[in-house]
Amino acid sequence: MPVRIWRKPLDAEKIKVKKAEVHILKNQCKGCGFCIEFCPKQVLETSDELNIKGSHPPKIVDETKCALCGFCTAVCPDFAIFTIEKDCKEGC
Amino acid sequence: MTKKQLEMKHPYERFLRKERMPHIWCEGCGNGIILNCFARALDELDIDLNNVVVVSGIGCIGRISGYVNADSFHTTHGRPIAFATGAKLAKPELKVVVISGDGDLFAIGGNHFIHAARRNVDIKVICANNFVYGMTGGQYGPTTPLEAWTTTTPYGNIEQAFNLVHLAAASGAVYVARWTALHVRRLTESIKKALQKEGFSFVEVISQCPEIYGRHNKMKTAISMMKWFKEASEVRNFSDPAKADISPSRIIVGEFVDVEKPSYGRLLREMKAKLQTE
Repeated sequence: MPVRIWRKPLDAEKIKVKKAEVHILKNQCKGCGFCIEFCPKQVLETSDELNIKGSHPPKIVDETKCALCGFCTAVCPDFAIFTIEKDCKEGC
Repeated sequence: MTKKQLEMKHPYERFLRKERMPHIWCEGCGNGIILNCFARALDELDIDLNNVVVVSGIGCIGRISGYVNADSFHTTHGRPIAFATGAKLAKPELKVVVISGDGDLFAIGGNHFIHAARRNVDIKVICANNFVYGMTGGQYGPTTPLEAWTTTTPYGNIEQAFNLVHLAAASGAVYVARWTALHVRRLTESIKKALQKEGFSFVEVISQCPEIYGRHNKMKTAISMMKWFKEASEVRNFSDPAKADISPSRIIVGEFVDVEKPSYGRLLREMKAKLQTE
């Protein structure tokens, strides 16, 4: 159950929630599935797509859910996934 | 895929020899995670790669010296600590890191390990413990747990396993920690601590070998081994390393030792300076 906020925080307008970009280097992936399994926000899921090595890289379900925790970057044994903060200067 | 996405580079790409990637390790192997955490530790500490030496022995993880974009040395079986001691004493400003496996460091290289720890040589040892000789086909080794199935123990292993953190602590290491391949954040912090510390630092990483070990021990995939780490691991910082056992139901992890002691290299240089002035 998500926590319900019934009062608006005083600094809600000042603080902007960071938006994430998830990048998957598909041809580096060996399809172990750690990023899918251990993502706390279920941003990724298995896909039917094949890469050059014949394994299934993950696919992004909903990038807006990503909280930029960076666990997928850290747990990937093949350096195939990373997240960066979205550049929102021109609006996004 | 857009052009922008194709141009994106992995943030730790500069720590890797790109022409050798992707690496040779199996899908879901813990060695890649150790390489990833090591690269992250170097990145966060902002260490100049010209001052880092990675020495590795024989075994799957021995290939790591070929993947790190620092000066590196792939040594003979069991001898990485001997080579690292020489490198450190010849050039004390270098950060010498030994990354090797349990079979290499504790079976054939066991004596090098305990004596380097006793002398407190200023090197950092990261040991990937996957419980088995993965590269040669899955023979049992000094860290294989009781009752585990390996190719040379088809009825279950009857030998007691080494407790690596206890061994390192008893031999005199100044920093001893154990994490699993799932504890990526804490592992990175431990590697960072070890890199900054003077003296013999030892970080054990319980690493998964899904292909050779897990598959024969009721854990069919790398994910199921990681789930085992998640369920069984219990963080007990600064507890007695003698009681830090590894069993199917419990893996005690944490930092066990963090003390200060003068390193061998420093004592040697002090002695040399003292004798030269006399």
